[in-house]
Formats: sequence, structure tokens, C-alpha cells
Amino acid sequence: MNAKKTSAPDRIWDFFCSLKLTIFNLLSLSITSIIGTVIQQGGSAEEYIKEYGTANYQLFKKLQFFDMYHSWWFVGLLGLFSVNLICCSIKNFPRVWKFVVAPMLIAGDGTFKNSANKAEFSTKESAKTLTSRLAEELQKIFTKPILTEADGKQNLFAQKGIYSRFGAYMTHLSILIIMLGAVIGTVWGYKAYVNIAEGTEVSQVWPRNGNQPIDLGFSVRCDKFEVEFYQGTQRPKEYRSLLTVTENGKIVIDKQKIVVNRPLSYKGITFYQSSYGPAGTGSFEIEVTDNKSGEKLTVNPAQGKKVALPKGFAFSVDDFVPSYQSFGPAAKLHVDAPDGTHRTPFVILQNHPQFDARRGGDFSFALKGYKQPQYTGLQVAKDPGVWVVWFGCFLMIFGSMSAFFFSHRRIWIRISEEKGKTLVQMAASAHRNQPAFADKFEEFKKQIANTIDNKA
Amino acid sequence: MDSGQLFNFVTLGYFVAMVLFIAYLATRSDTIALGARLVSVAGLAIQTLAIGMRWYESYQMPGGVGHAPMSNLYESVVFFAWSIVLIYLLIDIKYRQPSVGAFVIPFAFLAMTWAQLTLNTSIEPLVPALQSNWLTYHVISCFLGYAAFAVACGVSIMYLIKIGKEEKGEGPIGGILGIFPSVRVLDEINYNAIMIGFPLLTIGIVTGAAWANYAWGTYWSWDPKETWSLIVWFVYAAFLHARFTRGWVGRRAAWLSIIGFAATIFCYLGVNLVLSGLHSYGG
Ligand code: HEM
Repeated sequence: MNAKKTSAPDRIWDFFCSLKLTIFNLLSLSITSIIGTVIQQGGSAEEYIKEYGTANYQLFKKLQFFDMYHSWWFVGLLGLFSVNLICCSIKNFPRVWKFVVAPMLIAGDGTFKNSANKAEFSTKESAKTLTSRLAEELQKIFTKPILTEADGKQNLFAQKGIYSRFGAYMTHLSILIIMLGAVIGTVWGYKAYVNIAEGTEVSQVWPRNGNQPIDLGFSVRCDKFEVEFYQGTQRPKEYRSLLTVTENGKIVIDKQKIVVNRPLSYKGITFYQSSYGPAGTGSFEIEVTDNKSGEKLTVNPAQGKKVALPKGFAFSVDDFVPSYQSFGPAAKLHVDAPDGTHRTPFVILQNHPQFDARRGGDFSFALKGYKQPQYTGLQVAKDPGVWVVWFGCFLMIFGSMSAFFFSHRRIWIRISEEKGKTLVQMAASAHRNQPAFADKFEEFKKQIANTIDNKA
Repeated sequence: MDSGQLFNFVTLGYFVAMVLFIAYLATRSDTIALGARLVSVAGLAIQTLAIGMRWYESYQMPGGVGHAPMSNLYESVVFFAWSIVLIYLLIDIKYRQPSVGAFVIPFAFLAMTWAQLTLNTSIEPLVPALQSNWLTYHVISCFLGYAAFAVACGVSIMYLIKIGKEEKGEGPIGGILGIFPSVRVLDEINYNAIMIGFPLLTIGIVTGAAWANYAWGTYWSWDPKETWSLIVWFVYAAFLHARFTRGWVGRRAAWLSIIGFAATIFCYLGVNLVLSGLHSYGG
């Protein structure tokens, strides 16, 4: 063991660089992550006590199991994971950088003897002419080589795919970039929500955790909210809101449609269609006919509001249902006589406007329409880190592909003259995917042999 | 002829292919191996056609229902089976090892059988949250990745069976195990399949995050489905790194690959069946 010789700081450094730590980190992150998928996150104390009992609740709370992905120990693991990545990159990067700045232009005897891919030929042709022909051939079958002369020997060196050496580093860097993006989003961004009733506007939104509203710096109006259903079903096809953004009294975005999966962004703040519901009481459009005179008038009362009619009568709408038995939308009304007596309530149907005329009485009513204003529920997100995250994701995909599917391939050829003969030695290596490269090398070998044999 | 009937043919085709691959183990007949391959290729071709037809059929329905056939549990299981056969055949082109088929095609057959017999096959309109191209890319890359992991799991099982016998040292290995690829090749296929699957899973997680970001404004919310996909990613990342140290090849790599695939299946099905989540395949 040579471990004895290393000093304590060196050992700590090696520990943080080690792949053992990486594997420990990856496996412990996997295993601990399971906890948060089994125990519901962010629930209420009562629910947890009912589910797990008081003693367990106290324990789990102490261990921060109810918000474990933000717990000190999970964040600590992620921190260790980043430190490991950074240390290992610092340690190994110079070695990889050397391949770029100081490529091995001349291979030594050891390389030609011990390489997994090697070949040797001898011929009578002079080293000079052979070298130039081999350089040409190498350019044709692989890539342009670099010629170096040393100790009276000609050295050809050609390489391809050096960038794949950086694939792992790109991938590792990408993980750090993604984490950085997540931190930026947490520190300088927020997640909030807001409900906007049709026809109204807001300039504040409510953060998900916290109760102080956030000022947007502009205002957002909901012009309209609609739900569209698939033909003949109750299955929603589209939730859409028309939103208008005004800033300093000027309209900057006019009636833009947003739907789920197509949000609206303004000044880095994005509004996502998320929910909806009724806002306040609806208003009716009702046509009243005076049965004696035949006079008609149209009124637009809100539910429960008393509406005056000729000759001291009045009426109000008590109730509304969107579907009354199988007759469609219906309203329940009652009439107040001039002496204040409350007459028997009755039902009118939107789809059968003539129906109420048969009831008799002083007036008959027809329901022309009902408008229930809605509010649109929007998620609001400000996340200045999101582009950093996407950049990291792109780099990760690109980096891992170049790490896995490409390799750094190098070929060395040395041509030397010995005892009236010309000796050609060849060696090659790939830093990944060696079996495939070995096949390729067999081809190269044949082509080089052919070139040597077929002198001009 | 509609896509449903074609899918029944496909299921039958994979059954025949599976039987032929197993018959190959018993007989070592090259003709049977060729037959097994041809039936698999035909099954894949018909399934491709059937998926295309189902896509087309969805656009023939009234009311703008049309969408890529990758939106519910049935469609995803069918696509999973398709991906397994595709990835297997690609790996077969390179390695020419029909005995592997006997350990991989059964996954595709089981998936198709389950889908055809028990799942709801009707084409359903998409609720608004699922109307996203990101979702289509997400499903395609995830399932191609899962399929590569299925192949890796199949060869890992073969590896463990074979190495177990070899290490008992009962002379040269004959019989069925004799036509298994060598343990070195099995180990290499395992590694290569995971190398194909890992970037695909990465793309799958990223496109899933993009979808979540467009739909809800959060690219990551630690819901059980997302968390499990990350767990799977960690397990295979551990596999790959364990391999770089050169210590973890062979038996331990095979076990890690099997654990990884178990986690994959849990992520795909277990999360919805066992845990509750926001994801759409819950049915
Ligand atoms: C998940 C977090 C990751 C951590 C903590 C991590 C950490 C490490 C560490 C410590 C090493 C050792 C470097 C060395 O000694 O040469 C390493 C090597 C490597 N990692 Fe990662 N890694 C991670 C993710 C990835 C991913 C996603 C890939 C996918 C492409 C990857 C590809 C590689 C490669 C190819 C090497 C070998 C480098 C070489 O051969 O020079 N890593 N990783």
C-alpha cells in the first residue's frame, strides 16, 4: 500500500475526487429519493398524525421527511455530489487538456510493441518517398497526418474525435449548470397564482408560500374565459382565456389567447392557464310579456334582485340550473303582487320560450339567456434561471452522446531505415469502443500494406 | 381491417417469434433462427403500420380528437413493445446472437398481450394538459430508452445463468448454454444497450421537464413520477461510472442492470399502481 505516503490533505482531496464517492452519491440519492415518493410531501400535520401516529410524526418531522427534497440532508447530499463533480473535473481536466495542447506526435518503442492495434512491414523503398506516399494514403483513409522527424526517423501522427475526450466533462459541467439554474430560479424567481374574474384586472399575484402579495409592475385583465368541450361529450377540449396586459395605462399585449400548454409571457413573468370557476352571481336576460296589453320588455336582473314591473308588480329570479330534468337551462322565479304578497314560484325554460304563456297570470316570462361570469385561475411563474437550465440540458445531451458514441482515435506510423531496408511500424488506439476500432484497424492495416507494396 | 385487428396479429406474431427463438435454443437450427428473425421483422413492420393507422383513425373521429398514439396507458404499452423489438433487432444486426431473442422478445409479447387483453383500447380525446408536442417527444424517447434497458436486462439474466454454470466448472458448457454468446459478449451487449438507453432516458427526462414547464410553469416539482425517473437515471449513471473504474463489470454490472430495469418498470407502472401521482397514465 502506498497510501501511507500520502498526507491527510491529499487523502481528503482524493476522497472528494473519487469515483467511489460518485457511486456512493448516486446510489444514496436514488435510495433516499424514494422516501418522498412514499410519504406525501407538503401535507398538513393532522393528515400525517392520522396516517403515522404522533410519535412517528415527531420523528419524521425532525428528519424533514415531509419536505425531504429541501431538507438539510438531501440538499447536503446534492452539495457533496457537486463538490465531487468539481473536484474530479479539476483533477482530471489538465490531463485531458494535454491531449489538445501537447499531442503525442512521436510514439516510442513501447507503443509500437505493446499497442493492442499494431503492425510492422518492411520494404526496399527509400524512407523519404514512402513517407510521403503513406502520408497521402493516411489522409485518404483517415485524416491528414502530422510529420515529425526525429533521430533520423519519420513519424506520422493522425488523430480524430479529440472532442469526445471532453464529453464527460461537458456532461459533468452540464449538471452543475442545471443546478445553478435551479438556484437562480429559487433565489430570484417565484411561483404564484392569481384568479381574475372576467372583465376585471389585477396587478398583484399571490406567492404559493407566503401571504404577502407580489406587485407585478403591470396589470393583467381577463377579457373572457371559455371552456370548449369535445363534440357531444363533457370532456374538456380547451380552456382558454383572453388576457390583456397594460402597463402605465398603455396596452402592451392586447387580448392574447392563452390555453394550457401555451402561456403568456411579459417581462419574464409567465401566466399559465390552470383552473377556473364561477365569479359572483350571474345575470339573466328575461323577456316579460304583459298578458293583457301584449307589451314586451326585456330585463337583465341578477339572481335574487327584485325587478319592478308595470302596475306595481315585481319579480325576482330565485334559482338557476344549467339543466332542468331533460329540458336544458331553467330559472325559477316568483312574482310579487302590488300588495306585497309573494306568489307561487314557477319555472321557465330557455329552450321552450312559449312554455310560460300557458301558465296564465298577469305576466308571462321567457328566459333568453344566462350569463355566469367566470374567473380564470392562472399559475404565475418568474424563473430567470430557466434558460440556464435548458442550456445545461442541451449540453448534457450533447456531452453524453459525444462521450458515449465517439472516441478519440489516434494512429502513429514510424518509418526508419535499417541495414538497407525500410521498416514501417504502425500503432493505433481508441479511448473508447475498442472492439469496433480493432475491426477498423484491420482495414487500415490492409490499405497501408497495399500502399507499401504498390510503389509507383 | 382496423388497427385493433392488426395489433392482434402483431401479438400473435411476437408469440410465434418467441416460440421460434426458444425452439432455436433447443435445436440450434439456423433455419429456425432465421424464421424467428423474419417473424420479428414482420411483426415490427405490421406494428408500425398499425400504430400509423391508429394515428390516422384518431384524425377520422369527429370533433378534432386527432393526436399521436402515445397518450394513454394502452398506447404507451404498445409503443413500448414496438421499441423493444426495434432495439433488439438493431442490436441483433450488430451481434448476430439469436439466443438473446429468447430473453428479450418475451418482454414485447407480454406487453402486447397485456395491452390487448386488459387495457382500454379506445381512442380518447386528449384533455388540455396532454395536448403538447413535448409530450410526444417525451414518450418516444423514454420508451426507446426503456426498451434498451429491457434488452440490457435480458442479456444480464443470460449472463448470470451462464456465469453461474461456468463457475461451477463442470467442464465445457454444452446444451442450451452452449449457444448463449460468451460471457464477454453478453457483458458487452449489456453495456452497449445501456449506453444507448441512457442518453435516450436523458432526452426523455428533459423533454418531460419542458412539457411540465409549458403546462404548469415548473420544470421540476419532485412528483413521484419525476422522482422515480431521476432514480432510474441515477442507477444507470452509477452503472456507467462503476464500469469506468473497471471494477464493476460482469456479475455486479449484470445485477445493477437488472435492478435498473426493475426501477424502470416501477417508474413506468408502479408509481401509478402503487403510489399516487399527477401523471396521466394513472387511468
Ligand atoms: C450524475 C452525476 C455525475 C457525477 C457525480 C459524476 C462524477 C464523475 C466522476 C467523479 C468521474 C471520475 C472522473 C475520473 O476519475 O476520470 C466521472 C467520470 C466520468 N463520467 Fe461522470 N458523473 C456524473 C454524471 C455523468 C453522466 C450523466 C455521464 C454521462 C455521459 C457521465 C460520464 C462520465 C464519463 C464518460 C466519465 C469517464 C471520464 C473519463 O474516462 O475520463 N458522468 N464522473
